[in-house]
Amino acid sequence: MIDAAVSFEDLTVRYADRAAVDRVSATIAAGSLTALIGPNGAGKSTLLNAVTRLKPVTQGRVILGPHIEGRIAYLPQQSVLDRSFPINVLDLAALGAWQRTGASGRIGGQELQRAYDALRTVGLMGLERRPIGALSAGQLQRALFARVLMQDAQLILLDEPFNAVDARTTLDLLNILRRWHAEGRTVVALLHDLEQVRTHFGHALLLARQCIACGSTAAVLTQGNLARARKMAESWGDSVR
Amino acid sequence: MNSLAALAAWWYSPFGEFAFMRRALAACFALSLSSAPIGVLLTLRRMSLVGDATAHAVLPGAAVGFVVAGPSMLAMSAGGFVAALVVAILAGLTARVTLLREDASFAAFYLIALASGVLLVSVHGSQVDLMHMLFGTVLAIDQTGSLLVAAISTITLLALAIGYRGLVVESFDPQFLRAHGHGGGYYHLVFVSLVVINLVAGFQALGTLMAVGLMMLPAAAARFWAANLPTLLAAASIIGSLAAFVGLAASFHFDLPSGPSIVLTAGLLYGLSALFAPQGVSSSLVRHLRKREA
Repeated sequence: MIDAAVSFEDLTVRYADRAAVDRVSATIAAGSLTALIGPNGAGKSTLLNAVTRLKPVTQGRVILGPHIEGRIAYLPQQSVLDRSFPINVLDLAALGAWQRTGASGRIGGQELQRAYDALRTVGLMGLERRPIGALSAGQLQRALFARVLMQDAQLILLDEPFNAVDARTTLDLLNILRRWHAEGRTVVALLHDLEQVRTHFGHALLLARQCIACGSTAAVLTQGNLARARKMAESWGDSVR
Repeated sequence: MNSLAALAAWWYSPFGEFAFMRRALAACFALSLSSAPIGVLLTLRRMSLVGDATAHAVLPGAAVGFVVAGPSMLAMSAGGFVAALVVAILAGLTARVTLLREDASFAAFYLIALASGVLLVSVHGSQVDLMHMLFGTVLAIDQTGSLLVAAISTITLLALAIGYRGLVVESFDPQFLRAHGHGGGYYHLVFVSLVVINLVAGFQALGTLMAVGLMMLPAAAARFWAANLPTLLAAASIIGSLAAFVGLAASFHFDLPSGPSIVLTAGLLYGLSALFAPQGVSSSLVRHLRKREA
């Protein structure tokens, strides 16, 4: 039995009128690079939110592996952020130190150096003082990745990290994902591009409210599984946007 | 040279000669220092209307204080604080439990609050009392009132200094905090309390109807001057203080009611900022034209 970073046990998360995640039992292997895929409305974001406890669990459990508790980084979809907020790139990245500094701990010396290092890693050197409103979608995503780098997390959850991002940025960010993987961190990314998943991700979890398949990408992304997921999505009818 | 001296005297004499003008100015400076930054955070959280609604909710509490203890500033402020906090929390809860959006439930609560406040003061006091409560009495602010405003300003600035990062994150990306295991509720409650005490301070000077004047207008104007938060907060305080100084001087010389005079000056500064500040209309027009030429 492999170590699990996250185990879902019979997990159900309900919104008022429907189960967004319905009796999911699955395991995300520790240290794996896992793609979370499925049709629109399949409950992918909800599943991530259940891990971060942004969304309360209705039934069942989310079990975190050892060393994971309190060391989770979550990258939200860009669309939830207010792009006009007057914060600059450096300050955004430095927020990643929250776990260590809290609300009023000083960010200086070492932490500041880490923030600069993180910005260098994501290729935003020289843009430290730029307000996020003046960034392209790709640059903002790089800045958010810098914040994740600062968090030094063992479990990294990414909600549509490559959505609306240019090809060059996607490649650079995929390299950072690989680096996290090499460092033994567990990465779960919510994705749509199956080709990308096949090329870069060793593991996958195919979700259609229920867990269709979970395991190595080759075993998950079969014609049969994908057809089943599509069929499930059609049965939801108008509840899919 | 003479006209220059006259000009200086025009600005200086109201405050040099009259203690009540100095007290009013000091109170307004203290108010601008704390409530303008709070206003900036309110606009960033897209809660401008919530601030307005909460300000109106101060009235019934102040009215109860007035009925119980007469025109004592301390009793009215305490009453106003409790009422506004209750309304702010109730409206927040209503929005969370029902499908009503927060601003809609705030509107409902503040209308009820305003009507009951006006009723209470009208029945138990005079027309003058009502006018004072609605439009403020900054020129009649006494020692206790000044100390109260100064204390509120101090508490606010200390709270901002200690909780700055948390308040900023909670405004910008509340999910980030919650993923770190902090309920967003904590900072939200701290923030709402800060809003309420600043509105109580504003109530002293500008009355319930315009208490938000030195909160929202400087904040809105500052947005045209600064692109990062620390500068924005400072700019808002400076604009608020400037509005207080110019507004009070104008009210003295032209015999205008002081509260509206201050708020209108803030409004004027907002208009000028919108037109001529670095992030305002004219400079973005210039940028736009240059781009087309290039």
